[in-house]
Amino acid sequence: MTRAVIQALLSHWRVHRLQLATLLIGIALATGLWSAVQAVNAEARASYERANDQLAFGQYDELRNPSGMIPISRYVDLRRAGWQVAAVLEGSLQIGERRLQVLGVDMVTYPTLPAVTQVEQSATPPNPADMLTAPGRLLAAPSVQKLLRDHPHLPPVLPTDALPPDLILTDIGVAETLLNKPGQISRLIVLPNQPQSVQPLSDIAPELELTRASARIDTAQLTDSFHLNLTAFGLLSFAVGLFIVHGTVGLAFAQRRAMIRTLRALGVSMQQLVWMITIELALLALIGGLLGLVLGFFLAGALLPDVAATLRGLYSAPVDGQITLHPHWALSGLAMALAGTLLASGHALFRLSRMPLLTGAGLQAWRGATSGNRVIPLAGVFLIAGGIVISYLFDGLIFGFAMVAGILTGSALLLPVLLSLVISAFQRWTQSPVAQWVWADMRAQLPGLSLALMALLLALAANIGVGTMVSSFRLTFTGWLDQRLTSEVYVTAPDSELGQEIAQWLTPRVTAVLPIRSAELMHETGPLFLYGVIDDQTYRQKWPLIASTKDDWDRVFAGKAVLINEQLARRSNLWPGDFLTLAPDHTLTIAGVYSDYGNPTGQAIVSMAQLDQIAPGAEARRFGIRVAPDRASELAQDIRDRFELPRHAVVQQATMKAQSLAVFEKTFVVTSALNILTLGVAGFAILTSLLTLWTQRLPQIAPVWALGLTRAQLARLEVLRSVLLATLTAVLALPLGLVLAWALLAVVNVQAFGWRLPMYLFPADWIYLFALTLVAAFVAAALPALRLLRLPPADLLKVFANER
Amino acid sequence: MLLRIDQIQKSYPGGRPVLRDVSLTLDQGETLALTGESGCGKSTLLNLAAALDSFDGGEITLDGVPLSTLDDSGRADLRRHRVSLVFQQFNLIPSLTVEQNLSFHARLAGCHDTGWSTHLADRLGLSDLLARYPENLSGGQQQRVAIGRAMAARPKLLLADEPTGNLDETASANVLDLMLALVAETGAALLLVTHSQDIAARLDRCVHLSGGHIT
Repeated sequence: MTRAVIQALLSHWRVHRLQLATLLIGIALATGLWSAVQAVNAEARASYERANDQLAFGQYDELRNPSGMIPISRYVDLRRAGWQVAAVLEGSLQIGERRLQVLGVDMVTYPTLPAVTQVEQSATPPNPADMLTAPGRLLAAPSVQKLLRDHPHLPPVLPTDALPPDLILTDIGVAETLLNKPGQISRLIVLPNQPQSVQPLSDIAPELELTRASARIDTAQLTDSFHLNLTAFGLLSFAVGLFIVHGTVGLAFAQRRAMIRTLRALGVSMQQLVWMITIELALLALIGGLLGLVLGFFLAGALLPDVAATLRGLYSAPVDGQITLHPHWALSGLAMALAGTLLASGHALFRLSRMPLLTGAGLQAWRGATSGNRVIPLAGVFLIAGGIVISYLFDGLIFGFAMVAGILTGSALLLPVLLSLVISAFQRWTQSPVAQWVWADMRAQLPGLSLALMALLLALAANIGVGTMVSSFRLTFTGWLDQRLTSEVYVTAPDSELGQEIAQWLTPRVTAVLPIRSAELMHETGPLFLYGVIDDQTYRQKWPLIASTKDDWDRVFAGKAVLINEQLARRSNLWPGDFLTLAPDHTLTIAGVYSDYGNPTGQAIVSMAQLDQIAPGAEARRFGIRVAPDRASELAQDIRDRFELPRHAVVQQATMKAQSLAVFEKTFVVTSALNILTLGVAGFAILTSLLTLWTQRLPQIAPVWALGLTRAQLARLEVLRSVLLATLTAVLALPLGLVLAWALLAVVNVQAFGWRLPMYLFPADWIYLFALTLVAAFVAAALPALRLLRLPPADLLKVFANER
Repeated sequence: MLLRIDQIQKSYPGGRPVLRDVSLTLDQGETLALTGESGCGKSTLLNLAAALDSFDGGEITLDGVPLSTLDDSGRADLRRHRVSLVFQQFNLIPSLTVEQNLSFHARLAGCHDTGWSTHLADRLGLSDLLARYPENLSGGQQQRVAIGRAMAARPKLLLADEPTGNLDETASANVLDLMLALVAETGAALLLVTHSQDIAARLDRCVHLSGGHIT
């Protein structure tokens, strides 16, 4: 019996092949987009974890000097006192266009690293003495080795794949030379198994601070917001894909009602049928899920390089630009496909299981029940209200996203009711019988098309919202760059000594030399970069303050106050008038807060004298030069020639801005790509809905044809109807998109990155998006319209003969 | 002569002939019943007369217009202005109210007369149902709306395909009475397809179709 029932059930798909294809494509798109984002996130996180394991980051307590570097003498003191510590020196090295991180460790005391073990166990192991004595050896990934091959002044490179990209590992002695930081240590690793009775740290090195491994913010935590953003987009794409699945399964079940009624009349229990249909859906989900995984894998491969570049640029996070296939990724993707399909089909399956044996088998009953449902609009209102309430009651990125999700989902659920009201108004307003019929028919079509239109609404709102956010950000960022990058030329000397020499040479030749000196401190919210500034009108006139006090700059230059960036202000809830402790004996009043879109970390600005007190020895290698703009090019070249500096060490303002904007644009490449893909999926949802509803359209169209409209007129009206529905949806998506933009700018961005951006409106972008939507709706309706145009009258006559 | 069907031939796809040299005529104001067993081609002939389908041979002339000379647009124009149809399945437009359905064809034809529509609604007992949608009506009520829609356009020819086929005996008699009365009132001709000899007997003439021929 089971075989016969299965055969009967599967025969539906043989007849409705397009429906089957639509269902599989819906599952594949939902799974593909979700899995792609997951693969990208997993790959990035795996890279962080790999880097932590490869370099023993985050496993040990550390000693740091809040004022900057640790002198080597202090290291010697600690070792002599019995402290089991290992020295680390870090810095960056510019090789051509690429900036590489250098990690110098005391090879004798530092815990054994996988890269070292790998090299030692290779076919041609180096002599251990070569690693420690001049010129030393550099360990690097094979790609970095190729890059360093053309630089003969560097020590020989040993390739290893046990290191993150863009990193060079070497002995601390070699690193000192490479980084030109003789006798300096960035931090000390506190090794496990310390002797019982060592002299307390406060006696030997009172200036050093012990940071527990558990208290440090690692890369994974730092980039959480970024990954959460991606996940939210993946989820939106997944949901839009599921709309296709929901619509197709609903229609398939409705079309099967007659068959199911017959099977039940022949003695098959509803329980058996529900089980068989569930298994059938699960199999379809797995097939669609597999297709989705293939799509997701290639999509992730295409997206990862940009994500990797963004993560490296924004967070200095070591991420490989290549995707690898992991079994657990494939399994979780299939699980999502399965769960999503069952979720999207659950309602239809439930209704089917409750269907009385003698109920009507027609599609009208199914559609009527859908349209008559009053629960959905109420759920929409509830979700919107819930989202708003959550955002008022709770703080945090997750709750920000919960608000966005509530507003978006609630609005989508309200869409059919709103469209119905608008269409009714138009119907009352029109006089011509054809126009009246078009509006009335459009309203009657709503239940069948509502899911596709909801998907379109979500995709359009996401596009408008994210587009507004990115464009507002771009506009603000560009303005901010104009304020922040005021110097005409920026110079980076290889060391402080040459830096000072250049500054002295420049002073009589330019309007002002503005040193850019900083030190990394630790604050309770994470790393804090402290900058020192000299008294100059440039700061007073240009610096982008978002909260200020009277005589703010005067007090900063007098060493009485500090300026902090927005991220630190919002994260620590510190505003003008509050106090910030930079070092045990350095607590300053906050005089103002400035916008800072270059990084997610905290920053503070004090006078140069204050910086020298808090962090003596902060490098003096970088500075900005104020000079008449028409002299900038000539001056830049003079500096390069005189001090034999490479091109990238002397950069003009325009180049600097272009570089910053390039990093900015890269940051949103992935978001934009996901945006477009989501819109594409929504367009596809409309096409599939129109195609699957096609068979139901004939009873509506045939009487009008019989009453005197040609097939060509009807085909045109079909296209017009689809375009009108898409237009109305797009009009309703606009306010929703703007609400989303506001939520992203005022809530999500503040939680994720620590800055709040002003919102600007971009009507030209909306017009473009509307045009794109209309084209998508036209294309989606063109195929069914073409079918209508070519439909033989005999097929229309079947409607009257009741042969369908 | 309002309708002239001359030597009409029609085959289904695959070549099976349905109508072979069928000829008949219908005058203005005349009523004609077309009977025959299932599948004999009655509805096909009605569809050809309504310019809904095309024929393989012969000619149909309606109100002086040879249908073979018309393109798709011309056929639609003919249906809009000279012919009205009543189907067994009612085929009302589900998205429009009874009132809108009643006036729909007349408005398409550009001959909507509010007084006449109101009169029809009264005659057909639909005055209290005007705001309802077809799905909320009984079969008899739906067929009365279909007749009202057809007559509102004041057609020269009313074509009815088993108009009472889906109705019980009482509703069937009621619908037929109304249809014949309205046809008489407007002076339209009626070509009615039916299985029922009783119904056929109430019309002016009756022709029987069998094996693709008029017998």
